[in-house]
Amino acid sequence: MQIELWVNEKKISADIEPDLLLIDFLRKQGCKSVKRGCETANCGLCTVFLDDKPVLSCGVLAARAAGHRVVTLEGLQDEAQEFGAYIADQGAEQCGFCNPGLMMNAIAMFRENPDPTEEEILEYLSGNLCRCSGYEGQMRGIQSYLAYKREKGASK
Amino acid sequence: MIEIAKYVKAESLEEAYELNQKKSSTIIGGMLWLKMQKKRVGTAIDLSGLGLDTIEETEEEYRIGAMVTLRQIEQHAGLNALTCGAAKESVRHIVGVQFRNLATVGGSLFGRYGFSDVLTFFMAVGAKVELYHRGIIPVEEFARLPYDRDLLVRVLVPKQTQKTVYLSQRNTKTDFPVLTCCVCSTDEEVRCVIGARPARAVCLRDENGILKGGITPESAAAFGTYAKEKITTGSNLRGSSEYRSILTGVLAKRALTAIASMEGEE
Repeated sequence: MQIELWVNEKKISADIEPDLLLIDFLRKQGCKSVKRGCETANCGLCTVFLDDKPVLSCGVLAARAAGHRVVTLEGLQDEAQEFGAYIADQGAEQCGFCNPGLMMNAIAMFRENPDPTEEEILEYLSGNLCRCSGYEGQMRGIQSYLAYKREKGASK
Repeated sequence: MIEIAKYVKAESLEEAYELNQKKSSTIIGGMLWLKMQKKRVGTAIDLSGLGLDTIEETEEEYRIGAMVTLRQIEQHAGLNALTCGAAKESVRHIVGVQFRNLATVGGSLFGRYGFSDVLTFFMAVGAKVELYHRGIIPVEEFARLPYDRDLLVRVLVPKQTQKTVYLSQRNTKTDFPVLTCCVCSTDEEVRCVIGARPARAVCLRDENGILKGGITPESAAAFGTYAKEKITTGSNLRGSSEYRSILTGVLAKRALTAIASMEGEE
């Protein structure tokens, strides 16, 4: 079947199988930041934005994304680079495999709630699993990034 | 892994219903549970183009389209004000935000899953389901029906003055619940729904008048004992029947106690 959608603001037309998942479609398009983790829609590694909302691309048919806008980490370079530096600064991860999914969902959270409490952060990111860390490093990275944003906002 | 031969984005409810009469057809909701099954689907019917992704408010009720996501339920101010935040509480533990942005109310309810937070909540608040063929029936009745090839179009939540408390017990955060409990107290009655037994949720009413003198620590405890005795539970890898029965009594009592303190605050 034929679909047409926008991936990172680029219009793409493709002939796909009806049961092709969005994760596989995106990886075929070269979006290798979209990682295959649990494949049971539990770990958050495959998080992408579908019409600006974070979703699990392993749980969406590519056919259903037709006519919609999909954004992966490749499409968020500036935001990701700025935030990612704070995660790296804390040495927050070991293998880093969960990082793209965490970055996507954290960016979704910052957009929805620019100044979340610790409890709100934990709740929003509860769908992102990391098997190396105890999430402490990621939390420190997020808190430092938020402090930087607050400082930047205050100095304006 | 699910295999799909043909994908159809339905253009009308009639088309979706007709296509769904074939045994090999399947309606896809959020598709999260469906994709876990090893199944061959002839025609996957997508309802996402039918405008069923909104929550409408009338004077009498909230009309929730089948394709409304659990995240929309979580964030809906009116529905949460009506149910004292129980709407949010019933879904916020389900996996994560990304999951809840996909999982739909229709998919969650139509399956009448034995682990469902969503079924527990909607049954307790006296909601009805609008089925394309059968018409409008209470969720409580719908939960007892066998599976058929009807279409769930909307969920209707009456704007009934209430105090509602939702509680669940989980072995780990974001996992399936071991037991769910939602108590809704209205001017007419107290409904105590227990779900994830692990079987379809059931509604218990105060048939013996335990709460007729009001909710006190004693009557809440007595109702908890009554719920424990009346509601059948089962075992699975998350918990034994015995454990679930104890939880039934404890959660029912706690929910009633929380309702009593809400009433006390007024």
